[in-house]
Amino acid sequence: MNQLVTDRSLLPIVEKVKNNERLTLEDGLTLYRSTDLSTIGMLANHVNLEKNGRNVYFIQNLYINPTNVCEARCSFCGYRRDPDEEGAYTMSMDEILHYVAERYTENIREFHIVGGHNHTVGFDYYLDTVRVLKEAYPHVVIKAYSAAEIVFFAKIAGLSFREVLEQLRAVGLETLPGGGAEILNEEYRRKLSPDKATAQEWLDVHEIAHEMGMKTHATMLYGSIETHEERIIHMLRIRELQDKHQGFMVFIPLAVQPKQKTASIRMRTAAFDDLKTIAISRLMLDNVPHIKAYWIDIGVQLTQIALSYGSDDIHGTIIEERISHAVGAKTEAGLTRDDLIFLIKGANRVPVERDTFYNIVKEY
Amino acid sequence: MNERVIDNFDDIRIKVKNGERLSFEDGLRLLKTDNLLALGQLADIVRYRKNGDRVTFIINTHLNYTNICQMGCNLCAYAVKEGDNDAYALSLAEIEERVIGLSDRGFSEIHVVGGVNPNLPLDYYEDLLRIIKKHNPNIHIQGFTAVELDFIAKLNKLSIKELLERFIAAGLGSLLGGGAEIFDPTIRRIISGHKSGAERWLEIHALVHSMGMKSNASILYGHIEQPEHVIDHLIRLRELQDRTGGFNTFFGFAFHPENTKLAAEYQLTGETTGVYDLKMLAVARLMLDNFPHIRAFWIAIGQKLAQVSLNFGVDDLDGTVMEENIFHAAGSEAARMIPKESFLRMIRDAGRIPVERDTLYNVLKIY
Repeated sequence: MNQLVTDRSLLPIVEKVKNNERLTLEDGLTLYRSTDLSTIGMLANHVNLEKNGRNVYFIQNLYINPTNVCEARCSFCGYRRDPDEEGAYTMSMDEILHYVAERYTENIREFHIVGGHNHTVGFDYYLDTVRVLKEAYPHVVIKAYSAAEIVFFAKIAGLSFREVLEQLRAVGLETLPGGGAEILNEEYRRKLSPDKATAQEWLDVHEIAHEMGMKTHATMLYGSIETHEERIIHMLRIRELQDKHQGFMVFIPLAVQPKQKTASIRMRTAAFDDLKTIAISRLMLDNVPHIKAYWIDIGVQLTQIALSYGSDDIHGTIIEERISHAVGAKTEAGLTRDDLIFLIKGANRVPVERDTFYNIVKEY
Repeated sequence: MNERVIDNFDDIRIKVKNGERLSFEDGLRLLKTDNLLALGQLADIVRYRKNGDRVTFIINTHLNYTNICQMGCNLCAYAVKEGDNDAYALSLAEIEERVIGLSDRGFSEIHVVGGVNPNLPLDYYEDLLRIIKKHNPNIHIQGFTAVELDFIAKLNKLSIKELLERFIAAGLGSLLGGGAEIFDPTIRRIISGHKSGAERWLEIHALVHSMGMKSNASILYGHIEQPEHVIDHLIRLRELQDRTGGFNTFFGFAFHPENTKLAAEYQLTGETTGVYDLKMLAVARLMLDNFPHIRAFWIAIGQKLAQVSLNFGVDDLDGTVMEENIFHAAGSEAARMIPKESFLRMIRDAGRIPVERDTLYNVLKIY
């Protein structure tokens, strides 16, 4: 494939990828500097086909956001509210069950639960949420609370991270979503998410979860003030932790959604950046099984194209997405299973419905 | 895992590098491939050879003078019958109001297209062209598809040549590429039964070219066509272009199923998908070796896909770009407009050079 490489500075990386050698920080930067998107995509596509063949995964899941009250004020967020602010809500257990009952169908295999850092309710509220849902839907996997929320619970409950995770697991928690990672860089977090878990705390929570035998998810929120170097270091910190326990199932780059233009978030990410970031994630994270293209943030068309740039997972049906849509995501809030299958088949790949842990439910 | 052999098009790549013409079979293989990136890279070789790193765009506006159409094409959701609630034909006074000051607002082109409306007399079209020119002597009027010309000529018992001469005298600058749909007769009959046949469409463009006028060409894809019909369509265009050299650019219209009879009849639900949009552009770039330009409409495929298309053979993004202040004043028009700064950034982020052009691809400004 060397003859196809337009940007000759990529040739050493092409060799490394062919030989399954690990890429360095400098390699990552070279990839970001290059405008030879086709070569970067081909490399990522090669790695993905080696790891996942032609399978493209999706899940039938339901998003549940029990509260939007949040003590943290992250500048990329349009979802959070103060307790007394217009639009603030905190669902009671009955309301949560009612919300789910209205939307539940028998093929839903996962509840994806995230909310705010709501300091007006105690840790019990969060435990109860998991408990009542698990009791009502014992066969549905509970994927709940980002590491940032776990850190917040530890603080309000006066417990260690491990104790928080153990108590949650005892009532039905099975995996952590990947949110709250933003960019794993202290300087960035001081500027954009100063009230939330530090980078080290985020990593610590996932490490403890992995030690407990839990599989989890990892994200990266890109497209605001961070440099390319900070993105690559973010990936390397995930890769380093992954070397220890292989606890991350998937890496999910999330494009920042710029509803209110601020000093830090001025525009929607460019498609080149979206595809490059997916491809570079695939190349840098050689020890993470899956790379997800999140259609909520980059749109269904680009998601389909991303399947040729290293992504093998298009997430799920969702039913009703709120957080990205609160900051102006222009996509639908949910898709049907048939929409997802159509999308994957149009890319000449094999649609595979999965459960949370990437066990195959059905091939289409 | 990976048992399937991936076609990297080694033989086709040699042809492309040597500037050899691709065959019908080559086209089919390219269009059916699952190696999207290899296809894109081949198209990119041709794009670079023909147009370098320049990406052109135009500051233009549209005038849809009527939506009344007697064709009743199954593919269409725009046309209505006379007497329908939302039927309209703009009066000349309404048109005049819309076109005053277009040049001052920075538009170098107006794109005039409508339905096939039997109630409009020949004078109407000539006056429409004259009114635009009266208020904007320097604007280029790119107007009418071959289908509209064919209909207007028949209705007024003129030859196409006579009609064109009158339109040119009134201010017409070049002909639109629409109405080509799919040339294959079986498909064409189903999707647009009463429309001018493929031969007629091609004949009209040949005539336009012989009169020294330029035009564009298109395809309507994403409905019931098979890969064979797409490649056949491209090869017919390539053959005409060999004879006349009159086509500037080729573009695709993705079929939108909502509110069309075709979608209801054939249970077509999904929109075309991003991958097929990119394949269409890349295959066109490779098959249409004698077309100077391949265009993607960012309005139709979205800004993100438009940017990616620059890696799949595209060198032109059409319009409609506006200065920021006009953009915000545009109100409901804004969905079809994009501020110039973000448009330029989209091109630069792809490593390309933004170039503002006029209708005939003369360079107006390099950014």
